[in-house]
Amino acid sequence: MALDELYREVILDHYRNPRRKGVLEGDHIHAEGQNPSCGDEFSLDLAVEDGKIVDAAIQGIGCSISQASGSMMAEAIVGKALDEVTDLTHNFKLMMSIVDGENPVDPDRPGSVLGDLEALQGVRRFPVRIKCADLPWTTLEDALSQVG
Amino acid sequence: MSDLRHLRDDFPILATTMRGHPLVYLDSASTTQKPIQVIDAVSEYYKTLNANVHRGAYTLADEATTAYEGARRRIAGFIKAGSPAEVVFTRGTTSAINLVAYGWGLERLGEGDRILLTLMEHHSNVVPWQIIARHTGAELVYLSIDEDYRVDLTDLESALDERVKIVAVSGMSNVMGTIGPVQDLAAAAHAVGAVVVVDGAQMVPHLPTDVGDVGADFLAFGAHKMLGPTGIGALWGRPELLEEMEPAEGGGEMISDVQLYESRWAPVPHKFEAGTPPIAQAIGFGAAVEYLEKVGMEAVRSHEVEITGYALERLAEVPDLEVYGPRDLSERGGAVSFQLADIHAHDLATVLDEFGVAVRAGHHCAKPLMRHLAVPATARASFYVYNVEEDVDRLVEGLEEARRVFGLV
Repeated sequence: MALDELYREVILDHYRNPRRKGVLEGDHIHAEGQNPSCGDEFSLDLAVEDGKIVDAAIQGIGCSISQASGSMMAEAIVGKALDEVTDLTHNFKLMMSIVDGENPVDPDRPGSVLGDLEALQGVRRFPVRIKCADLPWTTLEDALSQVG
Repeated sequence: MSDLRHLRDDFPILATTMRGHPLVYLDSASTTQKPIQVIDAVSEYYKTLNANVHRGAYTLADEATTAYEGARRRIAGFIKAGSPAEVVFTRGTTSAINLVAYGWGLERLGEGDRILLTLMEHHSNVVPWQIIARHTGAELVYLSIDEDYRVDLTDLESALDERVKIVAVSGMSNVMGTIGPVQDLAAAAHAVGAVVVVDGAQMVPHLPTDVGDVGADFLAFGAHKMLGPTGIGALWGRPELLEEMEPAEGGGEMISDVQLYESRWAPVPHKFEAGTPPIAQAIGFGAAVEYLEKVGMEAVRSHEVEITGYALERLAEVPDLEVYGPRDLSERGGAVSFQLADIHAHDLATVLDEFGVAVRAGHHCAKPLMRHLAVPATARASFYVYNVEEDVDRLVEGLEEARRVFGLV
């Protein structure tokens, strides 16, 4: 059923065991986001060197969708160049129908485009929850806008 | 159970489905559903009576005015006000509280004065006072909540001294269901000369209300949480205070004369009703009150005690579920907040939605209280006259399903 598609095991795992939870020491960019209507909060520390994200740390309070999305995002962006992260963000937003355009995910090759993040596709059938999945990504965009 | 089941036929929306299931509506603390009698009253007004009030010399306008003022009279009777002039129409509870804050507080408060609130207030009874405090230099003081989810009165003596000019308290918490200690606070506040404002958004729809017994100076409430339309509410005030209070808005209909540089106000309550009011909504409010009077507020209350008791009993059977609110049914209304294991309230609401069960999830516009309870969000089921035991059973089934989806069984 749709609920099991929404709450995949990998999502519950990231919700209960968020990766890269914490804060960064040393030079980093910090951004915070929240959904005022529901109270979800997400904060992100990014260490950027030579146009590349070399480290990330997250903290947050909220539902499984927002927090799992943030945990998977943190895992996905470390080691990527900033333009790759911009592409990833765009593809994620296409997949979630947050921005208009064709869904880049290949149904025949699961995980090939967005990795674990593709598990969040089930959220599309629950339109009121899409903003939950989007919260970490808008926070990421805010952080990236601070890169000088 | 004091059976109000027959009332369900009056609510067309209860025959609809949500996600393919018959709608189980458990969000009446947010807004209630509307009986056909209210829907018809609004619709009939537009079909047969529509004209602006207090203006026209023609018969239709006079009839519209009579209907509008008739609604005011009925609402005044519902809360046992001394006269209809003690009831000011507002946009809702929030604007009623803001009217007191701006109309009463702004001119009378200053540095060193205090406004006493409680930690269980809705944002609508916090933020207006923060704004007034910022304008006047007054400061806010809060009474806490005890471990039984009641307003903690142990510090009342130290918190309530001559510096306190306004005490603003909820008559019933929209999160915990807790009935506010309004009479105790009113007596203590009056002893130090403070004015008492009661947020009756949850109280007036759920408890028989007699403003004489409440003992407050102002009582704010709204129609849409008591079967009426949105966009209309009321402020009851003691007549002598309403006379002294300044209007918060200026415009048409609230004046007796307008000169180039100054104006004189219309008599109470009209001096507080600038502009064309929500006429159809006021008439719908009157119809809602008429409906509740026919059911009887004693019956409304006893039905709510019974269904809340049943809900607390059934929820206690669900493993890992914690309820935030008084256990004693005499101390509470029908808003039941809870947390299930590590499942966030939004996720719980999504699972329940899938089974046609509508509950509220989030901070319930009561962030200071949520911080005090140390929870970011709760799920809340809340009841009204049309809810039946089966609704609670469907809720509990949905919670069992949530436990399965989240791998807890």
